Amino acid sequence: MSAQGIGAAVKRKEDRRFITGKGQYTDDLVLPGQTYAVFVRSPHAHARLGKVDTAAALAAPGVVAVLTGADVAAAELGGMPCGWGIHNKDGTPMVEPPHPALAQGKVRHVGDPVAMVIAETKRQARDAAQLVDVTYETLPAVAHLAGAVAPGAPLVWDEAKGNLCYDWHLGDAAAVDAALKNAKHIVDIDLDNNRLVPNAMEPRAAIGHYDAANDRYTLYTTSQNPHVIRLLMGAFTLHVPEQKIRVVAPDVGGGFGSKIYHYAEELLVTWGSKKVGRPIKWTSDRSEAFMSDAHGRDHVSHAQLALDEHGKFLALKVHTYANMGAYLSTFAPAVPTYLYATLLSGPYVIPAIYAEVKAVFTNTVPVDAYRGAGRPEAAYLLERLVDKAARATGIDRVQLRRQNFIKPEQFPYQTPVALQYDTGDYHATLDLALKAIDVDGFPARKAAATARGHLYGLGISTYIEACGIAPSAVVGSLGARAALYEAANIRVHPTGGVTVFTGAHSHGQGHETTFAQLINERLGVPLEMVEVVHGDTDRIPFGLGTYGSRSLAVGGSAIFKALDKIIDKGKKIAAHLLEAAVGDVEFKDGKFQVVGTDRAKAFGEIAFAAYVPHNYPIETVEPGLEESAFYDPKNFTFPGGCHLVEVEIDPETGAVTVANVAISDDVGVIVNPMIVDGQAHGGLAQGIGQALLEECQYDPEGQLLTASFMSYCMPRAADLPFFKVGNHVTPCTHNPLGVKGVGEVGAIGVPPAVINAVIDALAPLGVTDISMPATPEKVWRAIQNAKGGAA
Amino acid sequence: MSSISLRVNDKPQTVAIDPRTLLVELLRDELRLTGTHVGCDTSQCGACTVWVDGKSVKSCTMLAVEADGRSVTTIEGLAGPDGALHPMQAAFQAEHGLQCGFCTPGMIMSACDLLKNQPSPSEHDVRHWLEGNLCRCTGYHNIVKAVLSAADTMKGGAR
Repeated sequence: MSAQGIGAAVKRKEDRRFITGKGQYTDDLVLPGQTYAVFVRSPHAHARLGKVDTAAALAAPGVVAVLTGADVAAAELGGMPCGWGIHNKDGTPMVEPPHPALAQGKVRHVGDPVAMVIAETKRQARDAAQLVDVTYETLPAVAHLAGAVAPGAPLVWDEAKGNLCYDWHLGDAAAVDAALKNAKHIVDIDLDNNRLVPNAMEPRAAIGHYDAANDRYTLYTTSQNPHVIRLLMGAFTLHVPEQKIRVVAPDVGGGFGSKIYHYAEELLVTWGSKKVGRPIKWTSDRSEAFMSDAHGRDHVSHAQLALDEHGKFLALKVHTYANMGAYLSTFAPAVPTYLYATLLSGPYVIPAIYAEVKAVFTNTVPVDAYRGAGRPEAAYLLERLVDKAARATGIDRVQLRRQNFIKPEQFPYQTPVALQYDTGDYHATLDLALKAIDVDGFPARKAAATARGHLYGLGISTYIEACGIAPSAVVGSLGARAALYEAANIRVHPTGGVTVFTGAHSHGQGHETTFAQLINERLGVPLEMVEVVHGDTDRIPFGLGTYGSRSLAVGGSAIFKALDKIIDKGKKIAAHLLEAAVGDVEFKDGKFQVVGTDRAKAFGEIAFAAYVPHNYPIETVEPGLEESAFYDPKNFTFPGGCHLVEVEIDPETGAVTVANVAISDDVGVIVNPMIVDGQAHGGLAQGIGQALLEECQYDPEGQLLTASFMSYCMPRAADLPFFKVGNHVTPCTHNPLGVKGVGEVGAIGVPPAVINAVIDALAPLGVTDISMPATPEKVWRAIQNAKGGAA
Repeated sequence: MSSISLRVNDKPQTVAIDPRTLLVELLRDELRLTGTHVGCDTSQCGACTVWVDGKSVKSCTMLAVEADGRSVTTIEGLAGPDGALHPMQAAFQAEHGLQCGFCTPGMIMSACDLLKNQPSPSEHDVRHWLEGNLCRCTGYHNIVKAVLSAADTMKGGAR
């Protein structure tokens, strides 16, 4: 390991601009002559749209234009596209309703955009937006899954009978039913997976700029994947050839999935800029973000686990309703299917699995991938069920997991739900986590809490996830409408510096450092001489962006592939200069050397020779030292591990304190341990947030009740302890780096550990179930109900 | 329009503004000091934290006219004139106390104010002081470590 290469906890190159206030986020940019957009949004969950009267707004000071659904229709802008098609059990396609950029005919959720007001200043635009007079004829609405699938429920879309988007399944129903018939134990569970709002700290923003002189559009946007946005605008929404569109995602303040999707505002400011002849900037308010950013989770499930008399898992049967919201967001249909049901085997041998998933339209904001996306829902279901099975069978919960784990010698392991895990060691991560939390000291800690009059519990979760998204042919066969490889371009400069152009996008993950470490590892070039460029479609040839913990596993592998080409070409140049056969030249320690001799050329000398070729094999080798590579993964990667949580509960108030968190993850080879630990910390906070604090609530009529940080409870510093984070590495077997991905593990593994801990603490009172988020009120009521039941 | 005079990062400024202008709007839109961020509209997230006369203030919750005659320090004014980082800035980098960087300026400005009041805070003190600053990336783990580490560094020579 070099001091700056793979495995080195080097400090981040990107930090200086952020700690000195010099980051450049979208809202920080000012284009000459820019105007400001404010959106008029529906206050109703469901309504027929009558007249949209813009006269008063147009007459207000500073107003440049007011654009409505009629203008969008007249311009024949494409609707917001969905990137994944799912088929029903009977082979018919899912219901895929239109999604116009501004509402036409009906509004279908609170926050559905109706008009865009453009003015000289943001304040003028905001004032004028109040003057747009919209006539609504309100209609009955549905917000919750249970209400939406009830007979006679109001329809979000006339074409979606019973509000069903699709009715999909996976696995072998007959095998599962047979196993259920012969099982010694069948454990049932009903679970809600609470709806969440991603809440990246930087609200979404977009600046559209049409340059009439060159007939070219530029969009600055808060995106995790600018090339995807350009592709979707070119092909589906703006209908402009891609060479005429530049999409820039500058510094982006967190994403967590919510900034993957192509949003209407991006299209509207870009299109509107041509109409008004000036740049248009839109920046979301936080309250607006709550009703316009894609939400996450929102499942209702019933599951059954069958076990034999020794506690061996025999079969799993799952039925899930998944809320899609009012429209299909870019990835939405894939989340409760191929990112959820395929993960239901977890780290266990379960011979038969069958999952049915019904996706449901409601009058709510669209739901799409949020950190973990489907995998947290699968892990939560399985780990709650396994704990319940331990109580039902009387087998210790650690032992029950251990005895059902896939053993290290069983890899590669084919699950009954489509995936083949390449590698892992669940026993090792379990043992490490138990040691890290000092499980032997748990009784003493519990006794101390009891002495304080408190309840104390330990919760466990052993999980797996699939990431490194994704092998293109596989996802194509499953309904993805685009490939999911990644691209890299590496330019070695004449004086030996390197610029890496990556299609991945960093919005906090530290790619500018981690990717530079890959260059250092292979070429020996110091980090100070490496620059990583991301987020600009004019500078980077292509890319699919950052989500699903794919940047290093897929984007990093593309960089490695390009580096192979750089080294191969360097060898040819070196062989010429050293008057040796190419096959005799090796590249080692930053030098091209003739094997077995001391004849060598430093990497910098070869870079210089490549560009200033006085003595150069120009007939056989092109000058220059720049290579591109595309990497298409052969399989998903499968991080996994064990998360342990101890909670202390004050029975007087129901308040849950997270007392102790220890995790052990297998995320494959680790490039920068400092960054990897940081990713785990952030995921844990969001996972603990889901378990204890966060819930996006609608009333039954579709009014959004949690539309600010006053009513949506975000985790704060005092809600969390220091985390004990450890790793056990089994390298991924199918990518050149051996990496798996770490971005989502915390959010996936920890929610069931927290809830299992809460139930463990409350179990002496007879409490057997509590739903997320386990708020003080909910816990207090559970305690009171248990007391009442005992009395 | 109202005319106000104030010092921002030790530089005198006189500006004519709409009386509705918030301090954060003055800083970002008029003075182009975009290191101060806006992450919410309910004074909850703290991304807009600056110092007014040396005390941390959420600049989204103060009208610019209220800063008339006062001295405002933003994240851009924290490093030395030679570019030397403030110990709190250095600690955030050393401890990996930031990821996307959006909450970072507010965190740093708020944390510095804690150390002015309490030069040797406990972990508990730091976590409770930072309740008015939201971060979605770090789980606060390394932010708390950074503040504790800066406190150690600054003992005896607080800036």
